[in-house]
Amino acid sequence: MNASHQNRPLKPARVTGEAQVWLTAMGLSIGLIMVVGLLAIILINGIEVFWPKRIVELTMKDGDKTISIAGEIVIERDKPIKTDETVEREIQLFTGNKDVYGQGFRFIDEKDVVSRSQPAGVLKVERMEYGNAIGMPVSLKLKGGEVIPATDPRFNHRLQELIDEVTDRRNEILYLEQSVIGANARRMTDLGYQRKSAESSNDQAAIAEIDAEVATLQADFEILRTKALELRARQKDHQLVLKLFTGEERTLIMGDLVKVTWSNELSLIGRVGLTFSHLWSFMVEKPREANTEGGIWPAIFGTFVMTILMSIAVTPFGVVAAIYLREYAKQGPIVRIVRIAVNNLAGVPSIVFGVFGLGFFVYIMGGTIDSLFFSDKGATPTFGTGGILWASLTLALMTVPVVIVATEESVAAVPRGAKEGSLALGASKWQTIQRVVLPAAIPGILTGLILAMARGAGEVAPLMLVGVVKLAPSLPIDGIYPFFHLDQKFMHLGFHIYDLGFQSPDSEAAKPMVFATTFFLILLVMALNLGAIVLRDRIRRRFATSAF
Amino acid sequence: MNLTLTPAATTPMKPTQNAADPIAKAPGPTQPMGVGQGYLSVQNYNFWYGSNQTLFDISMEIPEKQVTALIGPSGCGKSTLLRNFNRMNDLIDNIRHSGDIKIAGHTIYDPLIEVTSLRKRVGMVFQKSNPFPKSIYENVIYGLRVSGKTNKADLDIAVEKGLRAAALWDEAKDRLNQSALGLSGGQMQRLCIARAIAVEPEVILMDEPCSALDPIATGKIEELILELKKQFTVVIVTHNMQQAGRCSDRTAFFYLGKLIEYDTTVTIFTNPHQKQTEDYITGRFG
Ligand SMILES: Nc1ncnc2c1ncn2[C@@H]1O[C@H](COP(=O)(O)OP(=O)(O)OP(=O)(O)O)[C@@H](O)[C@H]1O
Ligand SMILES: [Mg+2]
Repeated sequence: MNASHQNRPLKPARVTGEAQVWLTAMGLSIGLIMVVGLLAIILINGIEVFWPKRIVELTMKDGDKTISIAGEIVIERDKPIKTDETVEREIQLFTGNKDVYGQGFRFIDEKDVVSRSQPAGVLKVERMEYGNAIGMPVSLKLKGGEVIPATDPRFNHRLQELIDEVTDRRNEILYLEQSVIGANARRMTDLGYQRKSAESSNDQAAIAEIDAEVATLQADFEILRTKALELRARQKDHQLVLKLFTGEERTLIMGDLVKVTWSNELSLIGRVGLTFSHLWSFMVEKPREANTEGGIWPAIFGTFVMTILMSIAVTPFGVVAAIYLREYAKQGPIVRIVRIAVNNLAGVPSIVFGVFGLGFFVYIMGGTIDSLFFSDKGATPTFGTGGILWASLTLALMTVPVVIVATEESVAAVPRGAKEGSLALGASKWQTIQRVVLPAAIPGILTGLILAMARGAGEVAPLMLVGVVKLAPSLPIDGIYPFFHLDQKFMHLGFHIYDLGFQSPDSEAAKPMVFATTFFLILLVMALNLGAIVLRDRIRRRFATSAF
Repeated sequence: MNLTLTPAATTPMKPTQNAADPIAKAPGPTQPMGVGQGYLSVQNYNFWYGSNQTLFDISMEIPEKQVTALIGPSGCGKSTLLRNFNRMNDLIDNIRHSGDIKIAGHTIYDPLIEVTSLRKRVGMVFQKSNPFPKSIYENVIYGLRVSGKTNKADLDIAVEKGLRAAALWDEAKDRLNQSALGLSGGQMQRLCIARAIAVEPEVILMDEPCSALDPIATGKIEELILELKKQFTVVIVTHNMQQAGRCSDRTAFFYLGKLIEYDTTVTIFTNPHQKQTEDYITGRFG
């Protein structure tokens, strides 16, 4: 009987693979290439912003005169509009000195350029206002009238010293003005409201008490104000004189300067170091100059806090809904309809959620809270206007279907044996859910949360209606009582990208910032997801050898 | 069908004639009991899954502190009956029953009684061992925890008592805080028995508790069952005739949802009154 099988030919294994394999692999590859390509574009463009470029001096003929201009070359390209068959090239130059030239960027025809050089000793100065200044240092004018010329060997060291000094003083002023004087002012406003309600109840003792406190606050305020003014005046003590390549000489007030770089003297290590230092300050600083300068810390922090708040809101909400659907509700047409409705909710445009959030959370809930608890503030809304709490809740509502679907699936995947084992020992249904079903479903729930966070953190449209602003005066969590300001408007990376890219007065200056901000948004989403993934894997390992 | 394939030959146990020995050692024949005299009393019980009737007019009295085996071909409703003793079937939608099951004289369907309290009196061990992904200690006291017991000393005692009763103490006492999922299959099944015992039930139901185990582990569980009947009323579903013969005092034979014959194990195995029973026992069935 075996004999007949022996001479049956064995089918040789295919070496080249099958068409289906190629097809499916191609689908994946296209997806991967697009993702990797997108990330690479963002990464390269984002990092490039921080890479210190050399400053190039271009000399051009203009009739008989030669004029020269210096700056960082942003791009060299073919002119977009061709006049005839010949291709003309142009150079985009970042010249800085916006206060002098009126704009920071300039296009120069390559054919006009006579010579290029990298002048030694050129200084790039980062300022609080008007962006960077680029020029040759001339001298330092110190307060007593002393002048240190750039040729003096002490010059560089002294300049750096002065920069450090004004930076420290600037932080001091900021602290004084924002935290100390801010707290004073807030207390004063509160007292104003209290006085009004005391007046209406005609409580003379209270009025007197309030007036006394107001008087001391007023006195404190005067002292603080003089101190701040004094500090501000001292910021103007010293000056730096720069000679621009176009010939003008500018005197910069020391207090406006943030950082100086001798761009053309930097070594490779110096440039790499500077890249990281730029990255760091971009991450931890507040934005300046209509968001085109400075950092994005408030936006990073706002996005982070909002995403965490959203997760805190969406997880319990989604999980209880899913548990009811899967464990308690009688499976039938109604549950099926509910399930379809939940899935469809995920497809509703996010702006609709924004409108709903504005109507329901901000106006109805916020308005009610205001009229109940903050009525002494009169018409000034506290919760009755967009804020981080309402934004988080709006996004929670938007992402709840994701969590419900993921939770339902993971709850359904809990083995029946586990549930029956628990019930057979006399556990109630709820105890079984609590002790057996939920622990086993946590990895799946976290998967849902990861998807929800990724969607929520990157959302922009609904946020514009419920609390995101282009520039928030302070962070939602800070050292000022009550520390967590749920009613506060906040900045958000996604909105920041939109604002920089499409609302900025200087779109050339903003373009690199868009990439850099996108880079950080992706980084933040990845960091949040990584956190959740690590958590999930740790939980999963505990159930790994589960033998149900 | 191939005549050499008897159920006995499919197991590593000795063939049928030797199975008579342990039966001979079983306690003397139990007198047939009148309605309501058993600890568990099934009275004219019918059961439906949706529109499919699975059990037909079952009446049987299961005596206290004895082992009762339910045997019968696959799909005859043994598990269904067993799972009704602790109302585990309540989890399934669209079920229906008529007739009654009583435990110590009280109906298990009393609407005033929480089903959880019934399940604390009627424990269950499943075919596939299903320890929780927790420590051995936590597994044993799970039933006590859900009953709200928190006294550490009491729990410690319960763990030792339960594990000793399930003959697992010596193997597990040094690793009480390790995950139960690291135990062997046989140990896991004994842990599930310990877990059921720790609740101090009156009845223990076992649905093919040894079907996934090797002969040595099976032997241990069988010894354990003989030990358990000193304290508990045991109902066991098994496909292994030798096992039924070795462990049980009474045996019920089911066929197509009907109770064909129910008597002392000795009678069923040596002198069955029904032709179907005899055919099934001797493997000449079907
Ligand atoms: N959840 C259920 N829903 C509908 N029908 C079921 C369900 N469980 C069992 N049945 C049916 O009830 C009948 C009896 O099943 P049961 O599990 O009680 O058999 P059994 O005697 O335990 O069989 P086995 O020896 O194979 O375990 C079978 O016909 C089965 O198809
Ligand atoms: Mg069964």
